[in-house]
Amino acid sequence: MSKSFLEVDGLCKVYPDGQGGELTVFEDIRFALEKGEFVCIIGHSGCGKSTILNVLAGLDEASAGNVVMNGKEIKGPGLERGVVFQNYSLLPWKTTLNNIVFAVRARWPGWSKEKVKEHSERYLKMVGLDHAMNRKPSQLSGGMRQRVSIARAFATQPELLLLDEPFGALDALTRGVIQDELVKIWEETRQTVFMITHDVDEAILLSDRIFLMSNGPNARIAESVKVDIPHPRARATIFQNPAYHKTRDYLVDFLVNRSGSALPKRDGSPKFIEPAKGVAQSKPASAESETESESDTAARAVNA
Amino acid sequence: MASLNIRAAILSISFLILALGLWEMATQPPEAQTGMTEYEMLMGGADQESRVPPPSAVIKLAWAELSNPFYDAGANDKGIGIQLAYSVYRVLTGYLAAMAIALPVGFLIGMSPLMYKALNPYIQLLRPISPLAWMPLALFIIQDSDASAIFVIFICSIWPMLLNTAFGVANVRQDWVNVARTHELGPLRTAITVILPAAAPTILTGMRISIGIAWLVIVAAEMLVGGTGIGYYVWNEWNNLDLASVIFSILMIGVVGMLLDLALGKAQKLVEYKE
Repeated sequence: MSKSFLEVDGLCKVYPDGQGGELTVFEDIRFALEKGEFVCIIGHSGCGKSTILNVLAGLDEASAGNVVMNGKEIKGPGLERGVVFQNYSLLPWKTTLNNIVFAVRARWPGWSKEKVKEHSERYLKMVGLDHAMNRKPSQLSGGMRQRVSIARAFATQPELLLLDEPFGALDALTRGVIQDELVKIWEETRQTVFMITHDVDEAILLSDRIFLMSNGPNARIAESVKVDIPHPRARATIFQNPAYHKTRDYLVDFLVNRSGSALPKRDGSPKFIEPAKGVAQSKPASAESETESESDTAARAVNA
Repeated sequence: MASLNIRAAILSISFLILALGLWEMATQPPEAQTGMTEYEMLMGGADQESRVPPPSAVIKLAWAELSNPFYDAGANDKGIGIQLAYSVYRVLTGYLAAMAIALPVGFLIGMSPLMYKALNPYIQLLRPISPLAWMPLALFIIQDSDASAIFVIFICSIWPMLLNTAFGVANVRQDWVNVARTHELGPLRTAITVILPAAAPTILTGMRISIGIAWLVIVAAEMLVGGTGIGYYVWNEWNNLDLASVIFSILMIGVVGMLLDLALGKAQKLVEYKE
């Protein structure tokens, strides 16, 4: 089996249920990410998405299973993995710029002061906040804070970016604007991103693949849905693509009707689904990263 | 309409004038109705009754004392400035010593639940002891009255700093600690760059409470150990039956206590942050 950039193998999390027993939140989570992929994970509350992300970040430990990135097992947090938290997690006593400087300095301790500052300012500019450089987070709106948080994560140029529902606490208008910004930065940097979301449209706009989780307890990543819409995408025009509607219908159907009973393949890896297969494309589909056998199973799954 | 501040100031001053006026009137010596009795003449015309001096007498004394605060005319006659300086020196020495212990130990207790559980019973036992109760033991062990007073300040100012530091450190938001972890900061850098600024407002609150308590205690401690200091000065003037000096030094104790508190209040402002 060829090695992927990130391989998650048999992850499982067990908590005491408070009555002397045990509660398995999720079990046998298996998936792989390729370099440069943007993958979203969707599932109902309580299926353990955040825990999976925290395990990838190294902030939490799984009860079983392991995560291998670049051939090395992940043990504890590291700078090669950047995290954007839902509640921004900016340090409130530092200015916007210094929050980013803090991260950049940690990433490249040998850099000169000027280089750190210049690098940090560049990323702050990328999210359009260079004018708010010297303000404290408490003087920024929620949307602006999350942009700082995103800039901080991108500024350290991690190999894997983990976004934990980054737009969950924002109003719909702000969310749209920042989604556009995220698309823009991602097109520039092509980082590998793993993101949690509850928003189907957001997932389609941003990701190459979408993982669908079944409900907890004993949740699994049941399916991996390909989003067959060429980059660059734009929020304003994406709905004109016929593949968009096929994909959206498929995701909504899963979340509404099938998330309780869906199961992954026999070997524990998610079923690969291409809901928009055969839909006419204006451009050829993006480079195939999946293996032959996965496409076969996908076809079977769709037929089933 | 004048601003609230101006109106408050006018009202404050009126209260002061009213209070001083009442005090002045209540402490006037009665008019001599008749000529002096033989006894009074023998006593040089002094009152038989002693009474609280009027504010005018206190102000006159304050003026004299404050215009030459650092004179030194022997063991029992030193300027108010010297006495206050002795007290402030003792308070600051004991306070800094307490800080040197309370901050690191507070960090340790705050970061380690094990240490918290292990040390908490002792803290809870020692904390409610009146600092002056340590005085005999301190005098016996240290054998030096000045150092004993400093020790009493040390022991009374350590608890609020220790507990507030531990509380502040233990309650730093996990998110901020996670930020430090995802940026691979070592324990020491995490403590300095994330936990210290995050807990600083709580720590400063503890320090402010401590300095207040230390200033309260130094007066009593100096009354016991004697020799120098504002506490000794008050007691000495009482023994001299110089009530104007007693009242004057009471006011000075208030002024210095207020200044100490203001200084820490300013420091607190510096480390405060809004979430």
